[in-house]
Amino acid sequence: MKPKHQRLTLVGLAVAAVLGASGLALSALQGEAAFFYAPSDVAKAAPPVDRAVRLGGMVAPGSIQRQPDGVTIAFTVTDGAAQVPVRFSGIAPDLFKENSGVVAEGRFRPDGSFVADNLLAKHDERYMPPEVAGKMHKSETLEP
Amino acid sequence: MPTLHAFANPTRFLSIARPLTPVLLALGAALLLFGSWAGLTQTPPDYLQGETVRILYIHVPTAWLGMGGWTGIAVSSIVYLVWRHPLAAIAARAVALPGAVFAGLCLATGSIWGRPTWGTWWQWDGRLTSMLLLFFVYLAYLALSRADAERDGDGRIPALFGIAGTALLPIIRYSVIWWRTLHQGPSITLTKSSVDNSILWPLGFTLAGFSLLFVAIVLMRMRADLARIKVEARMRRMAAA
Repeated sequence: MKPKHQRLTLVGLAVAAVLGASGLALSALQGEAAFFYAPSDVAKAAPPVDRAVRLGGMVAPGSIQRQPDGVTIAFTVTDGAAQVPVRFSGIAPDLFKENSGVVAEGRFRPDGSFVADNLLAKHDERYMPPEVAGKMHKSETLEP
Repeated sequence: MPTLHAFANPTRFLSIARPLTPVLLALGAALLLFGSWAGLTQTPPDYLQGETVRILYIHVPTAWLGMGGWTGIAVSSIVYLVWRHPLAAIAARAVALPGAVFAGLCLATGSIWGRPTWGTWWQWDGRLTSMLLLFFVYLAYLALSRADAERDGDGRIPALFGIAGTALLPIIRYSVIWWRTLHQGPSITLTKSSVDNSILWPLGFTLAGFSLLFVAIVLMRMRADLARIKVEARMRRMAAA
């Protein structure tokens, strides 16, 4: 074997090892690197109560309710399999609306509900002009 | 590999790079200007994000080039380690600074987009964190390759680092698919795009424009590095004489 071929084999092995390591990291960190709990995780094993965590999912259609005090909203986060009721007092991001992704930062209560102190809107990968989106976006916004 | 060696000859490289640089610069600037103009004035706003969507014409090319730059460093490092050609080491060094700048621009534009869209400048989610790591890895590579050059190293350690850093690229790419992240999943893949065509089309122009400018900057940096090596060699000969 010529030295050049030897180096080529070694470098090829190194590249394979590096890519394998990154694949292992991706799969091993799948649980750890999750940015938020989904409602079905909560249904399976209740997360610790009164610790700062994030809850993410879709805002269930028709679930947003403004409370009489004017600053508190109640809504339901769903991932299709399970639901968690959420309460939040404060200013919601513009893109917070029903049938759209949300990540709530806050704490779980002993009764299984979630109290958020911050809301993040999660945008999805679809981009389109209003004409294409049609009426769906008008009917789903928080505003009447 | 006769063809590879033909291009790897520094004299031949210079005879191609010298006339190519202004062409790439002019073409890249023209494409980028047209793409930016079209993206700012000729496309509709997004149904949800409104005008904020327009940052994608800058953000997406900088993200791709930030990652593409590291791919270039990795390929050059492999060529250098296997075929021991000095021009490959010069290419890897030349890519590092613009690559770092583009990775930094990607983080900055993403943050500016995140504030109105998500409601936050920064979150430690998988995509954002892995891209920030790539930016730091670029800085580390810059420091390492400079230290290596200053101490008359043979460039093998930066090349190994260039290959090791490649581990980040699949993590950045698949973080939004394999992990639960705040950042949305991929909008544009090789086969399909979930961005409507009326919004998407200027991206091709800004992407091509940024890429040509990137290549032009790399060629200029390679030429500067070759000139520096030549001057240093001449100084050494004069000192010896």
